[in-house]
Amino acid sequence: MSIGSVSLDRAGRPDAVLNADALRADARRQALGLLALLSPGLFLVFAVIIVPIGWLFWLSLFDQTGQLSLANYARFFEQASYIRTFATTFKVAFAVTGASVLFGYPLAYMLSQLPRRAASICLIFVILPFWTSVLVRTYAWLVILQRRGLVNSWLIDLGVIGQPLPLANNFAGVVIGMTHIMLPFLVLPLYASMKTIDVDCLRAGMNLGASPAATFRQIFFPLSQPGLASGVVIVFVLCLGFFVTPALMGGGKVIMWAMRIEQATSLYSNWGAGAALGVVLLAVTLALLGLFQWLLGARATGVWSSR
Amino acid sequence: MSTESSLPISHWQRLWLYLLGGLVMLFLIAPSVIIVIMSFSGSTLLQFPPQQWSLRWYESYFGSVEWRDATIVSIKVAVMTAIVATPLGTAAAYAINAGTLRLTGAINALLTASLIIPVILIGIGTFFLYARIGLNNTLTGLVIAHTVQALPLVVLTVLSGLRSYDMNQEMVARSLGAGRFPAFFQVTMPQLRFSIVSGALFAFITSFDEVVVSLFISGGETTTLTRRMFNALRDQIDPTIAAISTCLIVLSIVLLSAAQLFGRGR
Repeated sequence: MSIGSVSLDRAGRPDAVLNADALRADARRQALGLLALLSPGLFLVFAVIIVPIGWLFWLSLFDQTGQLSLANYARFFEQASYIRTFATTFKVAFAVTGASVLFGYPLAYMLSQLPRRAASICLIFVILPFWTSVLVRTYAWLVILQRRGLVNSWLIDLGVIGQPLPLANNFAGVVIGMTHIMLPFLVLPLYASMKTIDVDCLRAGMNLGASPAATFRQIFFPLSQPGLASGVVIVFVLCLGFFVTPALMGGGKVIMWAMRIEQATSLYSNWGAGAALGVVLLAVTLALLGLFQWLLGARATGVWSSR
Repeated sequence: MSTESSLPISHWQRLWLYLLGGLVMLFLIAPSVIIVIMSFSGSTLLQFPPQQWSLRWYESYFGSVEWRDATIVSIKVAVMTAIVATPLGTAAAYAINAGTLRLTGAINALLTASLIIPVILIGIGTFFLYARIGLNNTLTGLVIAHTVQALPLVVLTVLSGLRSYDMNQEMVARSLGAGRFPAFFQVTMPQLRFSIVSGALFAFITSFDEVVVSLFISGGETTTLTRRMFNALRDQIDPTIAAISTCLIVLSIVLLSAAQLFGRGR
C-alpha cells in the first residue's frame, strides 16, 4: 500500500485503500487478458514480417564471399544501373503522385460538395476500383494502351495518327496504369478530411464579400491541406515499392526499385544485394512516413479505415 | 434541400467541376467496364466494341484444368485466411480498443505494419523464411502470409465498429455476473457482427487478389490464380484473362455490396 494509491483515491475513503491490492491484481489480470488477445496476431506479424526482415538486414551486411562488408550498399553509389533504377523510381513516383493530385483533388472536392446521396453513389466509382485486383486493372490498361490496343486502333481508324503511339511498355504506360491504382489512395483520405470542413467558414467568407474563387483559395484549400498531405505521402510511399504494374507495363525498359529486388533474388540469387535494396527501400519508406507523422501529427494509414 | 451544401453558388457555376469530376470517375471505371465487355468477344483480336459475341473465353477459362486448379487454390486460401484472420483481428481490435495497455500505439503500428512495408520486401522475406522451414508451395504457408496481410484490415474495420459501441454494456453484463467470454459473445459481439463480417469479407478479397507475395511463395500444385495470371500476362495477352478478370470484378462487386449491406445494419 503505497502513498501513490492513497493519492489516487479522490474521496479519501479508506476502504478503497484497503482494496488497493485486490484492485491492482484485477488490473494486472485484465492487462494479461488483453495481452493474450493480442498475442496470436502479434506473433504472426512478428514471425512473418519482423523476423524475415531482420534476417535480410543481417544478410545484407555480408558480401558474396561471406565477409562482413558494406559492399552491398556501396554498389548503389558505384553502379550506374542502380542509380538509374533509383532515378526512374523517383521519377515515376513524382509523376504518379502529381497526376493523382491533379485528378484526385477536383474529384474529392466535387464529392465533398455533393449532397450526401449523390456523393455516396459517386463514391462507388472510387471504392470499386480500390477493391478490384491490381492485376485486373493492369491487364485492362495493357489492353487499352498497347501497340494494337483500343486507343491506338481508334485513333488510327479516325485518321488522327498514321502510326500507333507508344503508350504501353514504356514510362507513360507505367505512369497511367499506376495513377489509376493510386488515385483512390489519394481521394479517400482527402474526401474524408474535406467532409470535416465546416461550411459555415466558407459561408462567412462569402458573406464578407469574398468571391467563390477567393473563398476556395483562402479558406477551403488551406483547410484541406492535412488530408491532401496524408494522401500524397501514402501515394508516394506506395509508388516507391510498387511492383506489379511496372513489371507488366514497363516492357523491360522501366526498371523500378521493387523489380530490382525481384531480379536480384529470383534471377541472380544474390540475396545480399536484394536484401540491401529492400532495407534501403524500407528505411526510405519509414523515414517519409515518420517525417509526415512528426510534421502533422497524423498517421498516413487512415485511408484503409476511411472507406 | 440539405444544409450541407447550401453555399450561394449555383450548380451552373459548378458545371466545370462536375465535368472534371465526371471525367476522373470515367477514368476510374472505364478499364473495368471495357474488360467486362471485351470478355464476351468472339474474336481473338482485341477489338472494342467486339464485332461478334460469344462465351468462348469463359469456356476456355472453365475448361482449362490449370486455370480451374489455380482458382480452387485461391478460393481455399482466401476462405481459410478469412477464417483465421477474422478472430485474430477481432481479438486484437478489442484489446486495442480497451486502451488500457501501455504501448497501444506501438502495438497498433505493428499490427498494421503490412499495409506500409513494401510488399516486395514481405515477399522475399517470407520466401526466405519459408525456404528454411519448408513452407514454400504449401497452402499453410500461403494462409499464414495472407493472414498477416489481411489482419490490419480486420483490425481497422472492427476497431471502427467498436468506436461506435458503448463498452459499458459489456461492463453491465459482467457486473450482473456474466463471465468475460459470455459477456463478449452475448452482448458485444452481436452488436459488432456487421463490422466483423465486413472485416472477414475484406480479408477474403485481400487474400484472393494478393499477387506479389504469392509470386514468391506459391508454385506447383499451390499456384494461385493471381500468380498464374501474372505469368500469363508476362508472356502474351490472352483474352481468357478478360473472362477471368470479369469474374474477379464481379466477385469484388458482390463482396463489397455485402460489406456495404452489413455496414448499413450498424
